[in-house]
Amino acid sequence: MRVLLEKANRLLDAHLALGPRLLLVAAAVVLVAAILLPLWSMTMFAPQYPDGLRLQIYSYKLEGGNGGQDIKEINVLNHYIGMRDLVSEDFTEFKWLPFVTGMLALLMLRAAVHGHMAQLVDVVVLFVYFGAFSLWSFGYRMWSYGHNLAPTASVRVDPFMPPMFGSKQLANFEVYSYPAAGSYLIGGAMLILVAAAFIGWRQWKRAPLE
Amino acid sequence: MMQSRNRWVWVLLGVLAVGVLASRCAPDRRTSRRATVSDVAAAAQKVYVAPGDLDEYYMFASGGHSGQVYVYGIPSMRHLVTIPVFTPYPATGYGFDDDSKAMLGSLTWGDAHHPALSETGGEYDGRWLFINDMNGRVARIDLRDFKTKQIFGPVPNVHGNHASSFVTPNTEYTMMASRFSIPLPEGTAVEVEKYATEYKGVVAGIKVDPKSGEMSMGFQILMPPFDYDLGDAGKKVSDGWMFWTSYNTERAIGKLEVTASQRDRDYIAAIDWRAAEKAAAAGQGDTIGGVKVLDPKKIPGLVYLMPCGKSPHGVDVSPDGKWIIGSGKLQGVTTAFNFEKIQTAIRNKDFTGEEDGIPVLKYESIKEAEVPVGLGPLHTQFGADGDAYTSLFVDSAIAKWKLGTWEVVDKVPMSYSIGHLSAAEGDSVSPDGKWLVGLNKLSHGRHLSVGPSQPESSQLVDITEEKMKLLLDAFTEPEPHYAQIVKADKLKPIEVYPKEENKHPLAIWDVKDAGVTRNGNNVLVKMVAVRSTLTPTAFEVRKGDVVKVAITNIEQTTDELHGFGLLGYNINVVVDPGETKTVTFTATKPGVFAYYCTNFCSALHQEMQGYLVVR
Repeated sequence: MRVLLEKANRLLDAHLALGPRLLLVAAAVVLVAAILLPLWSMTMFAPQYPDGLRLQIYSYKLEGGNGGQDIKEINVLNHYIGMRDLVSEDFTEFKWLPFVTGMLALLMLRAAVHGHMAQLVDVVVLFVYFGAFSLWSFGYRMWSYGHNLAPTASVRVDPFMPPMFGSKQLANFEVYSYPAAGSYLIGGAMLILVAAAFIGWRQWKRAPLE
Repeated sequence: MMQSRNRWVWVLLGVLAVGVLASRCAPDRRTSRRATVSDVAAAAQKVYVAPGDLDEYYMFASGGHSGQVYVYGIPSMRHLVTIPVFTPYPATGYGFDDDSKAMLGSLTWGDAHHPALSETGGEYDGRWLFINDMNGRVARIDLRDFKTKQIFGPVPNVHGNHASSFVTPNTEYTMMASRFSIPLPEGTAVEVEKYATEYKGVVAGIKVDPKSGEMSMGFQILMPPFDYDLGDAGKKVSDGWMFWTSYNTERAIGKLEVTASQRDRDYIAAIDWRAAEKAAAAGQGDTIGGVKVLDPKKIPGLVYLMPCGKSPHGVDVSPDGKWIIGSGKLQGVTTAFNFEKIQTAIRNKDFTGEEDGIPVLKYESIKEAEVPVGLGPLHTQFGADGDAYTSLFVDSAIAKWKLGTWEVVDKVPMSYSIGHLSAAEGDSVSPDGKWLVGLNKLSHGRHLSVGPSQPESSQLVDITEEKMKLLLDAFTEPEPHYAQIVKADKLKPIEVYPKEENKHPLAIWDVKDAGVTRNGNNVLVKMVAVRSTLTPTAFEVRKGDVVKVAITNIEQTTDELHGFGLLGYNINVVVDPGETKTVTFTATKPGVFAYYCTNFCSALHQEMQGYLVVR
């Protein structure tokens, strides 16, 4: 047990070679790019909407398709079932998401400059925690939109959970929900970080006494 | 006795039998060429536009005395939409809201004959459609939103604006001409017996602003008292000239069908519109009825008269501008004039006389050919590669012939009595040679019977091959005189009015801003229409108040139109997405009056209603 801990300590104390450091920089760049791109995209088709209504969720805003018109249309339709308007101001996430993402990118750069394995591990852990929390937060927001319906709505529907991944039939709408470019970039940044950690570990294993 | 009676019976029977055998009667129907099954299948495939698919061309057909323009898709011939122009149209609220009501003025009808698409370099540019009205007016329809934007006129001095609204190759002008000559200025009463000397015709060029399309008075020319019928602007080599047919050059009165059909030749008036433009700019002319009118007697070179076969209807300039085709409707030939020869005759002063000081060119010197197209030639359209198509009213057919060789190569019967015809991009410098529509005057039971008031028939003809092929009958709203057919991709219509473009001073975009304000007896109601509420949902005024309701449809979604129908007050407005319209009325009747959305919008459309309370 002690051996294992000591080994772990030695690993965390290890310095990263150029490769993993460059990967950390790459991960930071990819993450910053992710802030600028849509994270999630939802598309809704109905007989009356053959071209679909589109909604893209960024880390800092909602954007409707068709020059923003689709989001207005979604709100017009949702008011019949008593759903709250989808407005950017309601999303507290939009305030902290870009900030936290930027902070994570800075931590990655910090790890790249200092080159400590420990910092790399820190940033991976924080990243996973942050990613999971964001996903939960997004899911919870979806859930509350679908469950907090005005009791005076002209059309009563059972509370529902909009799809997060995949498609679902909601009344006359076929709703598709998938992660978008930004999320894939975040996943990519994650993979780059894991790769950096893996390479760091391999290098340390080959020259543990360095 | 018995025997002889028998003999008589036999003789009688014999005579009867011979009579029956010898008698022949006319067939039940005129025997006509019947299409074979394979022809029908081929034709059906050409005109079939599958559900969800789009037509290839727009056809804008004049609505005659309905005062409207009807839009059809080609090749399906489906009626797509009606554009109200000179007549109120409750379906779109046209003529009910303040702006369109003001545009119509005191007239609630128009007689619209000849639509003309705007052109750039002689090609349809898809910007505007102009259309004439007999009541001395021309309207401009913006093809960005398919709405009538301006009605110009009634223009002074132009009485019965029939020979209109032909445009010049760069839409410098849309033209007008009087069908009826009257004593000028308007308001002068002179007995008809003095028609030949005291009555005057007028042709006019209406200037079109190249950016906005706004029409203004360009020039007017005083003409002899003939009936000006149709026109076409010169193009390419003949650009700068305008041609108008005229009948009743006899200057006759009374029973014109006889008195105006005495001369073997009437005239096509050739007008140098650039010279007219210059003279007008120089301030020349005498003021008649508040407008400067140029007198060709005083301005040589402005107008020439080309003798043309008896009572011509159509005059049409070939795509290359070289040939001027005049169709004498009481003849069996159509005449091709050579523009070059016209110019030579003008230079050489090759005249045979004059009419009120206007030189008459020598027919033999300017004529290139007389084409034996058939009886009652009215109007000529063009295809690709020098093909020409002339409608024959009396023959009830279309003749196809060749420019240059002047041979008639094909004929197709029309059902019945074709007036104008319209070819795909047929008035441009490069007709497509694809579709041709015969705009027939009579339909005579080609359709399910609808009683005595019958629709007109319009027939689609395929002109892509050497032989013309009749494909389809369609029954068009009364009464398509002329039409324009334009390739669909030349038009880029919007589908909602973008919010940013709405500069209406009474526009509001939030239901919070809706409400009623009073200023003395004037009540202003700012109203928002959006699925599925008209806000405010009720308002009160006092009897005698002048009420202005300004309705903004804050939708930005395609096809989400909302109406405002107010019962008891003859008010019916339809507001398109992103549009603001006002309607003003005096609350003369006390009581409670419902208003509601007239244009079906949503599942809760029926709930979209409110009350006006007049105390």
